[in-house]
Amino acid sequence: MPADFNWAIGGEAGDGIDSTGKIFARALSRAGRHVFTSKDFASRIRGGYTAYKIRTSVDRVQSVVDRLDVLIALTPRTIDENRSELHDSSVIIYDGERTTMQNATIPDEVIGLDVPLKRLAEEAGGAIMRNVVALGAACAVADFPIENLDSALQKRFGSKGQKLVDNNKEAARAGRDYVLEEYDHAFDYGLQTTDEDYVLINGDEAIGMGAIAAGCRFYAGYPITPATNVMEYLTGRIEQYGGHVVQAEDELSAINMALGGARAGARAMTATSGPGIDLMTETFGLVATSETPLVICNVMRSGPSTGMPTKQEQGDINQMLYGGHGEIPRFVLAPTTIDECFWKTVEAFNLAEKYQIPVYLTADLSLAVTEQTFPPDAFDMDEVEIDRGKVVDEETIEEWQNEKGQFKPHALTDDGVSPRAFPGTTEGAHMTTGLEHDELGRRTEDTDMRVEQVDKRNRKVETAQEQESWSPREFGDPDSDNLVVSWGSNEGAMVEAIDLLNEEDISVHFISVPYIFPRPDLSDEINSADDVLVVECNNTGQFADLLEHDALARVERINKYNGVRYKADELAAEIKAALGEVEVTQ
Amino acid sequence: MSSDVRFTDFKSDKQPTWCPGCGDFGTMNGMMKALANTGNDPDNTFVVAGIGCSGKIGTYMHSYALHGVHGRALPVGTGVKLANPDLEVMVAGGDGDGYSIGVGHFIHAVRRNVDMSYVVMDNRIYGLTKGQASPTSREDFETSTTPEGPKQPPVNPLALALSAGATFIAQSFSSDAMRHAEIVQEAVEHDGFGFVNVFSPCVTFNDVDTYDYFRDSLVDVDDTDHDRTDYNAAKDLILDMDKEYQGVLYQNEGAPSYEQAHGVTENMAEIPDSAPDDAMDLVREFY
Repeated sequence: MPADFNWAIGGEAGDGIDSTGKIFARALSRAGRHVFTSKDFASRIRGGYTAYKIRTSVDRVQSVVDRLDVLIALTPRTIDENRSELHDSSVIIYDGERTTMQNATIPDEVIGLDVPLKRLAEEAGGAIMRNVVALGAACAVADFPIENLDSALQKRFGSKGQKLVDNNKEAARAGRDYVLEEYDHAFDYGLQTTDEDYVLINGDEAIGMGAIAAGCRFYAGYPITPATNVMEYLTGRIEQYGGHVVQAEDELSAINMALGGARAGARAMTATSGPGIDLMTETFGLVATSETPLVICNVMRSGPSTGMPTKQEQGDINQMLYGGHGEIPRFVLAPTTIDECFWKTVEAFNLAEKYQIPVYLTADLSLAVTEQTFPPDAFDMDEVEIDRGKVVDEETIEEWQNEKGQFKPHALTDDGVSPRAFPGTTEGAHMTTGLEHDELGRRTEDTDMRVEQVDKRNRKVETAQEQESWSPREFGDPDSDNLVVSWGSNEGAMVEAIDLLNEEDISVHFISVPYIFPRPDLSDEINSADDVLVVECNNTGQFADLLEHDALARVERINKYNGVRYKADELAAEIKAALGEVEVTQ
Repeated sequence: MSSDVRFTDFKSDKQPTWCPGCGDFGTMNGMMKALANTGNDPDNTFVVAGIGCSGKIGTYMHSYALHGVHGRALPVGTGVKLANPDLEVMVAGGDGDGYSIGVGHFIHAVRRNVDMSYVVMDNRIYGLTKGQASPTSREDFETSTTPEGPKQPPVNPLALALSAGATFIAQSFSSDAMRHAEIVQEAVEHDGFGFVNVFSPCVTFNDVDTYDYFRDSLVDVDDTDHDRTDYNAAKDLILDMDKEYQGVLYQNEGAPSYEQAHGVTENMAEIPDSAPDDAMDLVREFY
């Protein structure tokens, strides 16, 4: 018997697939089993094909695999879609009385359990409970005590009245009893339970929870798959902590509202996906130039354009790293696991405020929609630290005023970080602008001040590179000559892949990188390995490009950014100086 | 808030670069008077400005301020006000900023009814880019990009506001200093979204909608028997194509502001220096 058990329910959108899958996942989690889920879903409200898959074990599971043990098939297509994952001990639970299933072919090698789901559900109180009947049948097949379903059903239906909960419990038992009575067959599965307490959470929820823990109180967003769940999580919860969620009219508005909230002193956030980031990009430059702390969450999906809105891709590195005209200082954080979605969100807010800079926090779709179990102390709130950076008050503001008593929000400092005065602070009134500005935040085209402000904003990044930890996560054999690097949600699958490779005597050193910019310098690791493989869910290898760039020999750079073009004599002098032939005297 | 605030306290030491005679001087003076007369001071006031000649106002006034991207001033103002409802928020922009690139935000800001004021300097021309048609330019107004006129009807911002559910719609004329300041002050005092369209003539690029034109043609609603609480009467004035009006055309004082409707009261800048005390409850929800 394999240590893990793989289960799925599939049907059309509108069949209640997601809700049923989540009930079973929670029942397993409540029974002290680890759970890792994945969803095949379509961008439609009804029809098509959609499935919810669960891998479960008493040990930690971090990936899905291509093997299915029990499949609840509500449509023939569900069987076709999963055919390659079935084996000769696989069990398909289906309702042969359902009109659409009458033409379904159950593959010869698998065990087909024809259970009258709808009829049994009707007897228990309503046809709508047919999926729960199927869950009961699955419990019988998996030798999983049906009582474990009860608390999950209570959680799902409790708010709708005890009668409905009881009906569902009865429906589950009807499914179990039917299988036990009608099929005199010993199945190969037995799901042990443990006394462990786990929480079951997805990446979007972890980001939302991290935001509240970090003190985010203002969220503005526009619904978009697969980021909407962040907004839905915060709605109704952030208010309990004095915050608010606004549904904006579009992403242009959402980021500008979030910017306004941040200018007012709130920890503010917006979340969207690639198409929304496109729209937000103009304001992103303003956020950076006005030195406003803001967290912008990008839950990536397949692009370009509308792409495949419900499918996985890690294609937005270049967009987040380079999007926007001009040169925009920014940080890009990319958590690699669901619990890290929580911690990186906290970190994103601290970095944003300490360095008064926009921070992209990016999760890929798989991270966002996957539910996984964790011990609750993986989210230990006592470990959350909040650092608001250089905020001045009425007492400390004086040292940041000029001789006229005017506050300098863009004061030129050694570390590049200026003081911040929240509106309402006495003697702190100041403006800022997307125009290049002086220390007071007022427009300037002075070439020297331009250079000083650009340098100051870049100095913040240098300070952060020096003072903060940008460490990767390492797995496998650090002495191996085979180096694998990845980012985002690939970590879990790769960690399990290492075990599979080890079984074949292949050793791997795996580095999982949660920081896109700034990022750890892996030049030494890359140069000392025999083979370097970079794993990512995109076509061109955007992260691989960055690693190659980091490991390249350096060119010498000649730059000018004061707003004036190069002159021939000036350029000749610069080049001579760079070549070591003469000193530049200007 | 100190009681001895004068309107000049809202003036910065930066000299405006507007053309001599620009309507925006008068518009800004009225805004500063309205803020001072309502008991505000620069340290509790946040001005958001868009892009264009009008957008420069954040530099010439003294308060907390953001000069943002083109057309998005209203969402910024919305964010500021909701994150700290104690602040007085005034959003300023021009007809291009508010009725062209930002018209989507205008409609939704009106609907939302956040308690802030929105002052639009409407000169019916794009001034900063040196004289192209604006959304409020007349149908036959000849410009560098519309040599025979736009050949499309101008936007009626007051009608847009009314149809979107506005609770305060006013119009003023920058040159009628007393009335303009009074009207903006009423917008500030209004408990909701106070919208004022200000005729603020461009002396350089618009030779049609001039000071003389507005002086001769404007009808002050206070000189009529108009009842500002009468929706249908307001609609008749706003859709009257033969006349231009100044004054408060419509006010619905009973409608709750966004903050009232959603219970937004906290200054969100104030947060604990750790996760909230009961934050583990958030984790336990996922059992």
